Amino acid sequence: MRRLILIAVPYIWLLALFLVPFIIVLKIALSDAWLAIPPYVPTLDISAGWAGFKDFLSGLDFENFIFLTEDDLYWKAYLSSLKIAAISTLFTLLVGYPIAYGMAKAPDEWRPTLLMLVILPFWTSFLIRVYSWMGILSQEGYLNQTLMSLGLISEPLIILNTNAAVYIGIVYTYLPFMILPIYSALEKLDASLIEAAEDLGCSRLSAFWLVTIPLSKQGIIAGCFLVFIPTIGEFVIPSLLGGSQTLMIGKVLWEEFFSNRDWPVASAVAVILLLILVIPIILFQRNEQKQREANE
Amino acid sequence: MKHTLLTLTATVAIGAMAANAEEVRVYNWSDYIDEELLTKFEEETGIDLIYDVFDSNEVLETKMLAGGSGYDVVVPTGSFLARQISAGAFQKLDFSKLPNEQNMWDKIKARTANYDPGNAYSINYMWGTTGLGVNVGKVKEVLGDDAPVDSLALIFDPANMEKLASCGVHFLDAPDEMIPAALKYIGENPNSMDADVIAKAEPVLMGVRPYVQKFHSSEYINALANGDICVAFGWSGDILQARDRADEADNGVEIAYFAPKEGALMWFDQMAIPIDAPNPEGAHTFLNFIMDAENMAAASNYVYYANGNLASQEFLEEDVIGDPSIYPSAETVENLYTKDGYPPKVQRKATRMWTKIKSGT
Repeated sequence: MRRLILIAVPYIWLLALFLVPFIIVLKIALSDAWLAIPPYVPTLDISAGWAGFKDFLSGLDFENFIFLTEDDLYWKAYLSSLKIAAISTLFTLLVGYPIAYGMAKAPDEWRPTLLMLVILPFWTSFLIRVYSWMGILSQEGYLNQTLMSLGLISEPLIILNTNAAVYIGIVYTYLPFMILPIYSALEKLDASLIEAAEDLGCSRLSAFWLVTIPLSKQGIIAGCFLVFIPTIGEFVIPSLLGGSQTLMIGKVLWEEFFSNRDWPVASAVAVILLLILVIPIILFQRNEQKQREANE
Repeated sequence: MKHTLLTLTATVAIGAMAANAEEVRVYNWSDYIDEELLTKFEEETGIDLIYDVFDSNEVLETKMLAGGSGYDVVVPTGSFLARQISAGAFQKLDFSKLPNEQNMWDKIKARTANYDPGNAYSINYMWGTTGLGVNVGKVKEVLGDDAPVDSLALIFDPANMEKLASCGVHFLDAPDEMIPAALKYIGENPNSMDADVIAKAEPVLMGVRPYVQKFHSSEYINALANGDICVAFGWSGDILQARDRADEADNGVEIAYFAPKEGALMWFDQMAIPIDAPNPEGAHTFLNFIMDAENMAAASNYVYYANGNLASQEFLEEDVIGDPSIYPSAETVENLYTKDGYPPKVQRKATRMWTKIKSGT
């Protein structure tokens, strides 16, 4: 009995927090836009019983999904989101790895403080932190003022409202998600393995390449997924820091929902986004599983 | 033990008080009221006022159509109001609770009846035009002394825009505003609901697209005032607020508002009560408070928009009532046009075109 409850808990969790919301969204994706509250038909009338449910089912169709294939905007937005997510994951890794490495190599008594510093920005609202980047990157912003007063540039750089600003925003926001798993992998690393490699004639650099990197692979993979997956659907950063040419699926979804008031098409976009994300999420799960087995 | 009991009683008492205190939740446009009026309302009526802001009709409409927004008073623009009324989003006003309605202006009521037949669901808050916010000094520096600052050619002629790009141009991120303006520029009917006519706006907007720094519906106030941009196509009062902020900052930036001579869009922001408002009684109290002549005048004096309240005009400051860019002369009004809401299929085409213009896809 206890065993049954133990198994049931994760499934109930999955059902309540994933499957039920997904079915609600899918249901809207199969309906048609309508000028009413809520703005789509058909709506399920529970009081009409079985006949009401049959009426409801017959009103559903895949029209909205067909519509998404007819306009190239949608697949271009999905592709562009994947590209932006991939590039920002790479940059986050390039910035995050040295930080995690430095933290893992730091004296024991410093580590809690360093860890604290990585987590500290989370105490401020995400929105405020993104807004402060607008203050830094704008034409009259701190970055341009500093560079100009140092005489490095004569004209202010245009960074805000470009894709560059989006990358900066994403790397900044998701950096802790990259640092923490890599740090936890590096911290467990046995220092004698590096010593052994050096004793056997490896230079420090090749010991790093041949020993440290492979042994922190699990952390790198976990960090990359933790950055890549949420970045694909990112909306706040591109809409605040990006320009109008920044094409991301989160913005397209917003537009369907708010400008067109077409909840069914917006839901169809969301369903497909989820299906795209299922692949990396499954890969991530398998990686976690492998790591757990390796540790046992 | 006694101490715990005491604390417990106190907590219960506070909880009960919070439940009893009446509150009204208002959802209005950003930068759209003198905040002293909000305090005044709370002092006069004893009702707690919760005041939230938005900067696009689309956001408001989505909340209205989702239902259960929790707001008691909202402020959609006429064309959006009409659509939301037909979706059943609002309740009819109870005019027995709105004695100040007698202050309202017949001429404006005649126009708003176009969106809200008989003005049964809404009262006018402010009205204005959509036009050109110009940093006169900078634009003349770029385009010469004969720059067409009062013409749509300033923003729709690529030759002008190419030069203006160096000092910055913002457009409203609102297809419902930009498409009619582009149609007006090429001599088409700006209120057309015909998809083929609307499509003619695309090459006009595409032609100047590369020179537009940003499409945004509220940032241009500060951007104009700081001198970050030299031209914005935006809402009259917002641009006049930018003018004032620049004057206050004394930063040498001089902003002027021009309603395009080809014709400008005239719009009406209407206060209405959602069908599921938690406190319709308090909402009526708020509407009546806003329709008080002095209160309405205070709001207009602060935000530089004209209002639909005739009685308020004696309390308006001279730089508001006397400014033709706020209260246009009768002949200018002749030249203004209004726009109805797009039906869903046309709306989708317009939004899609707008996405294409903004993102190039």
